[in-house]
Formats: sequence, C-alpha cells, structure tokens
Amino acid sequence: MVYTPIADSDDPHALHDPQSFISKYVWSQDHKVIAIQYALTALSVGLLALVLSGMMRLQLAFPESFTFINPSNYLQFVTMHGMIMVIYLLTALFLGGFGNYLIPLMCGTRDMVFPYLNMLSYWVYLLSVLILLASFFVPGGATGAGWTLYPPQAIMPGTPGADYGILLMLISLGVFIIAFTMGGLNYVTTVLQARCKGMSMMRMPLTVWGIFTATILGLLAFPALLVSAIMMTLDKTLGTSFFMPAVLSMGADAGYTGGSPILFQHLFWFFGHPEVYIVALPAFGMVSDVLSVHARKAIFGYRMMVWAIVAIGALSFVVWAHHMYVSGMNPYFGFFFATTTLIIAIPTAIKVYNWVLTLWRGNIRFTVPMLFAIGFIFTFTHGGLTGLFLGNVTVDLPLSDTYFVVGHFHMVMGVSPVLVLFAAIYHWFPKVTGRLLNTTMGKWHFWLTFLGTYSIYLPMHYLGFLGVPRRYFANGTSDFMPDSVQTINISITVAALIVAVVQLLFLFNLFWSLKHGEKAGSNPWEAASLEWQTPDTPPKHGNWGAELPVCHRWAYDYSVPGHATDFIPQNEPHNGEDSLEEMSAHPEEDH
Amino acid sequence: MNPITLAIALLCSVVVWGLIVRHLTAMPWEEAGGGSHLRDIQTVDLPAAKVAFYALLGVITSLFLLFFTAYNMRMNPSHGGDWHSVAEPGLLWLNTGLLILSSVAMQWARALAKRDNQQKLLLALIFGGLLTLAFLTGQMVAWGQMQASGQYSLSNPASAFFYLLTAVHGFHLIGGLVVWGLTLKKIKGGASAQSLQLTVELCSVYWHYLLVVWLMLFAILVST
Repeated sequence: MVYTPIADSDDPHALHDPQSFISKYVWSQDHKVIAIQYALTALSVGLLALVLSGMMRLQLAFPESFTFINPSNYLQFVTMHGMIMVIYLLTALFLGGFGNYLIPLMCGTRDMVFPYLNMLSYWVYLLSVLILLASFFVPGGATGAGWTLYPPQAIMPGTPGADYGILLMLISLGVFIIAFTMGGLNYVTTVLQARCKGMSMMRMPLTVWGIFTATILGLLAFPALLVSAIMMTLDKTLGTSFFMPAVLSMGADAGYTGGSPILFQHLFWFFGHPEVYIVALPAFGMVSDVLSVHARKAIFGYRMMVWAIVAIGALSFVVWAHHMYVSGMNPYFGFFFATTTLIIAIPTAIKVYNWVLTLWRGNIRFTVPMLFAIGFIFTFTHGGLTGLFLGNVTVDLPLSDTYFVVGHFHMVMGVSPVLVLFAAIYHWFPKVTGRLLNTTMGKWHFWLTFLGTYSIYLPMHYLGFLGVPRRYFANGTSDFMPDSVQTINISITVAALIVAVVQLLFLFNLFWSLKHGEKAGSNPWEAASLEWQTPDTPPKHGNWGAELPVCHRWAYDYSVPGHATDFIPQNEPHNGEDSLEEMSAHPEEDH
Repeated sequence: MNPITLAIALLCSVVVWGLIVRHLTAMPWEEAGGGSHLRDIQTVDLPAAKVAFYALLGVITSLFLLFFTAYNMRMNPSHGGDWHSVAEPGLLWLNTGLLILSSVAMQWARALAKRDNQQKLLLALIFGGLLTLAFLTGQMVAWGQMQASGQYSLSNPASAFFYLLTAVHGFHLIGGLVVWGLTLKKIKGGASAQSLQLTVELCSVYWHYLLVVWLMLFAILVST
C-alpha cells in the first residue's frame, strides 16, 4: 500500500497522468474510470439477475408450461438472483460505483488517496463476479441453497450445486470481500484525510456521509461473512463439523459429528443485517441530496440527518437475530432483538419526516431524478412499515418464510435502493458524460417502474397473509390456498415482465443519450455541491485543474434570501448574505 | 448467542462512534474569523497510510473476534456436544517465545529507523523476519506432530478449530512478511532509513498486534 500524496495536492502533475489507451481506460487509476468500470460490471450482472427473476415469475404464473425450468433450476435462480442483487449489484454499485465517483468530487480532492489499491479493488471485484458466473457452468450448476446458504442443506446432496456450485459461491464471496476491503479502506481514508480546505465533516453532502458510514459498516461486517464462508468451505471439503450436525444423507451417515447450523445463522446475519444498511445508507444519503437540489431547499435538519445515519449504522449491529426468530434460538433473545429492531425505527422515521419536510413548500422541479426520489419515499415507507410487523416475534412467526417477507424486503431493500440508483443515475449522468438523459423516456421509465413495482409487491403481502410459502417451485393444491392465489400470481408475473421490459427502455436511453442527449453544461440542475463546480464536464484527470477548490459553506444553500440566484455553490465565498448553515445549526436563534 | 457476540457488536459501535464523534461536535462556522467561514482541513492528525492501516487493524480485529466467538459458541454443548478438549503440543510455548522476540526485533528496527541508522536497521529487520519465519516453521512442525500422533481428528471441532485459527493467524503473519520483504528490497535499493520510518513503524505495530492476537489465541487454546 504505497501512499501517493496526490489526492489533496495542489499540483496536478503529481498525478501520474495516463499515457496510453490501456492505462487510461483499462488499468486506470483514475477514480472516475474505476467508478464507471464498477458501475458497468454491476449493471451487467444485475441485468442477469433480473432475467433470473423473470424466469421465476414465469414458472410461478404458468407452472408446467416451461420445460427448461425444473425445481433445481428454480432454486438456482432464486439463490443467484438474491445474491447477485444484494452483493454484486447493490453493494458494488453504491460503494464501488457511486462511492468512487462522488467521494473525491464531493470532498474536493483529485482522486482517492490510494489510486493503485483502488484499481486493484475493481479487478479483484471483477474476478469475484467471474468466479460467481463460472458456477453456472460447472457440473451440478450454481448453488440452489438460497442466498442465505444455510447449512446443512447448502452442502448436502439433494440441493442443486451442492458439490461445485456452493464452493464457487463461497470462494467468490471471499474474493469479493477482499475487493471490498481494498476499496473500503480507500473510501474511509479519503473522507477522513483528503477533504479540501474548508470542507469540515459537517459540511459534507449527506451522500458522502451515507457512503462513509456504510463503508465502515461493511469493513466491520463483511468479516463475519468471511468467517462463515471459510468454515463452511472446510465443512464441505475437509469434513470438519463446524456447522454440519450429525445427519443421515440418503440413508447413510454423512460423517459429520454435531456441528451447529444456528452458529452459521448467527454469523451470517451478523453480516447480513448490516448489509441491509450498507445498501440503504448510501441510498439515504443520495436521495437526500437529490430531493434538496430539485426542491430548491436546504435539506431539513442536516445535523439530525447525519446523526440518524450514524445511529442507524451503530444500531444495525445489534438487531441481526430478528432474522432468526424461527431458528430455535433462546426465545428471550427474541425480546431483546425485537426491542432493538423497534428502536432502529426511530432514526429511520426521523429521516423520512425530514425528507417530506424538505419537500414542504419547496420550489419543486418534477425532473426525472426528483420523481424517482419521491417514489423512493413511498416505497421505503411501505417497506419500513411491514418491517414493524416482521420485527415483532409473535407476528413474525406465522409470516416467516411466506410471501409477506418477500414483499417486505423487496420493497425496503430491493425497490427502494433501486429507485435511488435510478434517481442518482439520472441526476449525475450529466456530470459523468456531459449530456442529459432523455426526459420523455425517463418519465415513462419512472411511472411504469413505480406503478409496476406496486402491482408486483403489494399483492405479495396478501399472499403472505394467506400463508403462501416462499421459494416453492409450484404451489400445487392445498386447503389454505384459494384459487385466487394463482390468479394473483399471474397478474404479478405480467407486471414483473412489464417492469423488466421497461428497464430495456432505460438501457436504450443510457446509450442513446450518450450520443444524442441534450448538452448539459457543467451544472444543469443548478446544484450547490462541489462535484458540479468542476472546471470541466466530464471532469478531467485530477478533477480540479490547477488549483483545488476551497469550501466556504455547506452543500445546501438553496433559495437563500437576498441572493441573486437560488443556489450558492459550496466554493463561493460569503458575501454578507444570510447563512442557512447557521440557521440550520441554531434554529432557535432569531436570524 | 452469548455475551461475547454482544460485546463485539458494542465494540463495533464504539469504534464507529470514536471515529467520528470529534467531527460531529465541530461547528467550524462558530469559530471567530470575521465570517470568512474558512478553516484548515480538519483531518485526523495522522498520515493517510496510518489511518488506512488502523482501519485495516479494525477489520482484522473484527475477523478474529468473530472467530473467537464462533469458537466459544461451538464449545457450548447446546451447539453440538461433540467437543473433546485436546492437549496442545508443548512446542507452542517455544513458538510463542520466538514470536515475542520477533516483535522485540521489530520494535528495535523502529527505533533505528527513527535514528536513521541504515546498517543496523537492516540487521534488525532481518532478525525480526527470520524469527517470524522460525515461528511459522515451528507452527508447521506442531501441526506435523499433531497429525503424527493421530489424536487430532478433523471431526473433533476442538482440533479443527486449532488448525483453522493457527492457519488464519499464520496467513496474517505471511502478509506482514510480504511488506517486510518489500521493505528489505527498498533498503537494498538504497532507500534511507529515514524514508522508511513510517513503513517500519507500521510493521512494528502490526507485529505487536499479531503477537497480542496470538497470545489471546494461545490462551484460549490452552485453557479449553
């Protein structure tokens, strides 16, 4: 780890400028190129996961119609869809993609503090993706253990991919964690050490706060996944019994002595719950900034928003066993974890209120990013409210492993972060490419996606109340499932396919606008934060030209009374006007 | 589930808290300065490499604490009941001595780098590295002894954990040796001791850190 003190240097020539096409676009150490590499890889693999979900929906709506989907395939689709979406798409895109692009630009630095390590992080991430994809092609195929990979079934005969698929999955996760750690150390150090003059922590845009806190969560939580992956690999390959209980397999003793599957669940969820916030916190941050810019208003309660991000991050480490109420753990723990789960609703609700209050009497511009951001407030609130159901032990027990859970987590950590990702892509695309995305296509994309997701996930809550189990290949006939279940499944599938196809419109828009999009200029949204004040758009290598920017104010000076324009860039010196920053810090004083 | 797991969770929260509380309480705009609203970069007063290094130690701490927690939970009869305590080879005591000496040598190297004494720095680093290699060799011999005795079956979680945890600790030392090798290469290439001060300092801290991890691990292994 060689320290190259260029990130906060005034001399742009200290930046080993790229010499050739290869060093500029392939083995690049520029945070912006690495961000795009991360984003494109994550989006490609995410598209695959989307196709997998489409196949699952086809099977559920029209059982026995598709010969290429059998029960084993179905479980593999479930597993790979979940794992890819959570880890390889959302985590990688939020932190590796947006984290890489925005941290240096928003903090006013020339690059990450360790550019070489940053480059390495991307290539190791790509390796983990390739290992993951390879598992589709090994004998037995990819693992079908469910994204939680619970032993003993994950490595026992009978589960698809129990031989090679699961091993490749575990190895891929290990490699991903190495990649993430390299990137994560970079993000944390850059935020702590390389901010430009004047940029105090309490002047950073909430986007940076979200990414920064999520990275710390990741650095502390991913080791739990690594520990469980290593121990499960040994159970599989060397016959240890860390997790594997004494079981019979196909009528014969499987050779394990008496390991603890619950131990795996504790380790997995000690990672798995913070993982929810590793995805959610950057989304919280980014949506705050998008709402503020397009409502032409300072974010409501900036300091409270920062505290809420930090509090949610800390609390996310003490709620993990609410995923395990039905695991057979000591019931008294259920009381503890239900309590902490409800406590975490407080800072989360504060954030939702503050988003709504930011919109209150704002000068709202209904741009495409704004639509997605407002859509997020809806889906997140609904997903959060069903979380209160599942956080309580007695309500959770009958709803566990039903479609209620599927509806809940897709609303809260599937659709919600994805809507923020879309908001963010529409919002920052002009900075990355210099052109705006097409608005008409964007609006179609928003409305069909937003209404479509409701038609997909709202009925799932009802299915869950009926007791329809998740992960089943086919429901067959039973006493508790009325015929309407099948009708609902068909309607969900139709909605899902429409939403999936609409994403093609989005992809088309990305490529079309790259060439034909309206020229954006350097600051099309009239935003105040530093990334919009670069001398060039897209920013050149080194970001800031000859001199680093100086930060004079927070990122939320919108509609300041007495100022000619309705926004004041962060790098503009004070000129005697009122300071919203001060008012926000001391609302009780008369300004 | 046990108190140690909870303790880890609390520790993590404390780390997050400690890292940022300073910054959160800062109100730069309140400082006098005639409305210039400017201030120097308020960063942690350390070189970037050091900050990243300590963050890495945080990650590794999380990893080992989780391994220790898993060890503790697996011992509990409610999580298995097939735990048979094993007697560790006496060689481990000798290995512990070697690792302590290597840590001392690294500390010596750190002092020499500060005094810009290149000749002796090289010597101290070589000592430290060789002692570490001796430790690793000793660990492998201990593994060999255990396997030869036939009493340490992988199906006994106690011995499986022994192999696993000593291996994880050893891998971290090997990572340290990679940096050690690069540092030696730099000295051979003519780098001054002064210029290597930070690297050597971080190496020494890393060695002390892994010594502490080993002492904890050894204590856990011997006492259970």
